[in-house]
Amino acid sequence: MPSSPKIALEVRGLSIAFVEIDGSLEVLDNLSFAVEANSFVCVIGPSGGGKSTLLRALSGLLTPSTGEIRFPHPSHTGPQTGLVFQKPNLMPWRTLFDNVSLPLELAGRPKEEIQQATQEMIDLVGLHGFEKSYPHELSGGMAQRVAIARSLVQDPEILLLDEPFGQLDALTRERMGEELLRIWGEKRKTVLMVTHSISEAIYLADRVLVMTRRPAQISLDLPIPLPRPRIEEMRFQPEFGRLAQVVHEQLSQNNDVTAMPTKMQAGLK
Amino acid sequence: MKQQGMPTPKVQLQRLTSRRWVMGVLALLFGLALWQLVWMLLRLPAFILPSPSMVWQKFLITLSNGLLWRHLSYTLLEVILGLMIGSSLAALLGYFLSKSPWLENFASPYLVASQSVPVVAIAPLLVIWFGPGMFSKVLICSLTVFFPVLINTLVGLREVPQDLRELMRSLRATPAQTLRYLELPASLPVFLGGLRVGATLSVIGAIVGELVGSDRGLGFLINVGRGQYDTALVFVAVITLMALAAALYGLILLLESRLLSWQTWRKTN
Repeated sequence: MPSSPKIALEVRGLSIAFVEIDGSLEVLDNLSFAVEANSFVCVIGPSGGGKSTLLRALSGLLTPSTGEIRFPHPSHTGPQTGLVFQKPNLMPWRTLFDNVSLPLELAGRPKEEIQQATQEMIDLVGLHGFEKSYPHELSGGMAQRVAIARSLVQDPEILLLDEPFGQLDALTRERMGEELLRIWGEKRKTVLMVTHSISEAIYLADRVLVMTRRPAQISLDLPIPLPRPRIEEMRFQPEFGRLAQVVHEQLSQNNDVTAMPTKMQAGLK
Repeated sequence: MKQQGMPTPKVQLQRLTSRRWVMGVLALLFGLALWQLVWMLLRLPAFILPSPSMVWQKFLITLSNGLLWRHLSYTLLEVILGLMIGSSLAALLGYFLSKSPWLENFASPYLVASQSVPVVAIAPLLVIWFGPGMFSKVLICSLTVFFPVLINTLVGLREVPQDLRELMRSLRATPAQTLRYLELPASLPVFLGGLRVGATLSVIGAIVGELVGSDRGLGFLINVGRGQYDTALVFVAVITLMALAAALYGLILLLESRLLSWQTWRKTN
């Protein structure tokens, strides 16, 4: 490992609060972390804990209330971030090909470039031969691959994934995880992925960030020292189990109201 | 695929009756036979109920001396102009109303009122104000088309999935791009549904306008036939009118199946 790794994303003192009828709802509370370039980071935390809010802020859909989000190495070719949603969010009237090419069309790229880059992405996610299919003809796993291809086609610096496999069955989910690792290995992107699954987070990531309940803070920043390439058998090794236990304990502590930080308890009164 | 032998007569018959148009033609023939039967049984005078053959004779005469076409083309022009003007204004206003809740609330009493007041009821007023010429009829047609298309445009735009709006925002789409790539295709099915309703209504609007005051058109022809006790002429005008409405309806159905080919799965599912 180089002595001073390149930083792709830096978050400092990020807080987000939504103004509601009965006061304001604090979702993120003073988050600070940095993500190294080309690394794979998973964010895990309780449901409704503001993980999606974090990704939406990073992708520019939300403006932070306070704090800053920095990209120390601005992209010259594409956008800074590409966001993959929980649902594939494909346009039912567009073919698979046209769904993947949408971001390039919006960016007004020349036709040949659109054609070439789109085809390359479709091949990368293993959907060659399905270019003319419509979304309703695709399985859940295939649709999510299309969504990943669509977010990669613009060549963003950082890929943001919001529980992308949450709606898939367990086996498809594992296979998609493998696919994601393969794509990550080929494109060398920085990946920040939100997930509910402890084993998914540990299997995929270089680092796991555990978030607390609302207003969310990062309660644990756990490096995953498992070697790469990751292989199926690692899921059953003692080291994997130990890491899973650490994350699990932290998560259940975060879920326990009595173990909440005093600041939060005050907020409950 | 190669055809394997000739199908049996029974299968041929089944295939024939399974076609929608075959049953439609059969229903028409049945109606004609019933009409002829009633006429033969009751022996009513021709000015009360002419026989199908008398109406057919009248049809041939009015067709050959150009009378029918002269009036049909006039009504057709009114309806088409009314459809184009009414639906484009409605689509335009619908778009702006959907963008501004303030404006929509302001306009909503009028929208509700328009739903309960048939435009045909104010047709006499419009003829008084704008004279018996074509302008008042086009105005009536436009108004009849306007409201169903406006309502459907609003509903269609409101039903654009929020997730896809978010996708467009994450891809930094401009409002014009969101309109072209998302709102237009997503709301098209509902919009065309409104247009289909509007087209049939606009034929009614044109006829009522002509009945109230006009010197040309199918409505005028009905008035002439009534005044001269030429009931066969009234029949010819009414049947032409029905054919006109059916043709417009069919034309829009054709347009729908062309533009919404991606939706075919909805019908089969």
